[in-house]
Amino acid sequence: MSLRLQSGHLETIQRHAEAEYPAECCGMLLGAMEGDSKEVTEVAPIPNLRLDPARAEQVIPLQDPGRESERNRFLIDPKEQIRVEKDARARGLTVVGYYHSHPDHPAKPSAYDREHAWPWYSYLIVSVQEGSARDSQSWVLKDDRGSFQPETVEVLGRARTVNAER
Amino acid sequence: MAVKVLIPTPLRQYADKHDSVEVEAKTVAEALEGLTARYGDLRRHLYNDEGKIRSFVNIYLNDEDIRYLGKEQTPTNDKDVLSIVPSIAGGLTIEAAAPASGFSLRCICS
Repeated sequence: MSLRLQSGHLETIQRHAEAEYPAECCGMLLGAMEGDSKEVTEVAPIPNLRLDPARAEQVIPLQDPGRESERNRFLIDPKEQIRVEKDARARGLTVVGYYHSHPDHPAKPSAYDREHAWPWYSYLIVSVQEGSARDSQSWVLKDDRGSFQPETVEVLGRARTVNAER
Repeated sequence: MAVKVLIPTPLRQYADKHDSVEVEAKTVAEALEGLTARYGDLRRHLYNDEGKIRSFVNIYLNDEDIRYLGKEQTPTNDKDVLSIVPSIAGGLTIEAAAPASGFSLRCICS
């Protein structure tokens, strides 16, 4: 499988990631399956629920509150998830994946990302270094939940292929 | 009593591509047990190694989060609809904490 998106989508994601720095940003990728590819037609930025600690704690409690915050954790409110998904479905779209940023860290999934990941979805990670969006890479959880597989990202006008396996 | 379980897109590949499955159940726990008994590959995505529902798996009974009802023991009725809704979470690796007390070793390299 691969993930296809317009350069404007990637720019929206990068600007969102920079605007939220040093906090993590997050959002949803909406579109449709086109053969073996996920085709993104809309990007939906979503507020990081970790900025509302009381509500976030009701959804997924932090494991180590002294060291976890919106700077290294993101969470999408399931209510937002349901609202955006329902709205997308009414327009014939489906949720094909999610994006989030890694402030001052590489665009590679962490153990925490893996523990909380769903299969099939694309997880696009943007690395933000000192406030500037840099590398981005999309990942898909393997069936056995043991690791992520890097996914080819095709951006309008330019293609990027990553074959390295983690 | 038949309960309809709605399967989210990422999990349909483990449920013969069905978007919903009907199971006989009197509680939410029984419905999920019935579902995972039929489609064993769903189990590792819904339950953790201790057999508990994963923290990022939300279960809604007719649009109500079961955490605010009777959790997994919430009774179900005929024609109830159970939705599996993902919480999406993640974040970056947190570096190992410095030792809280005791000696610390420092290497000064020139």
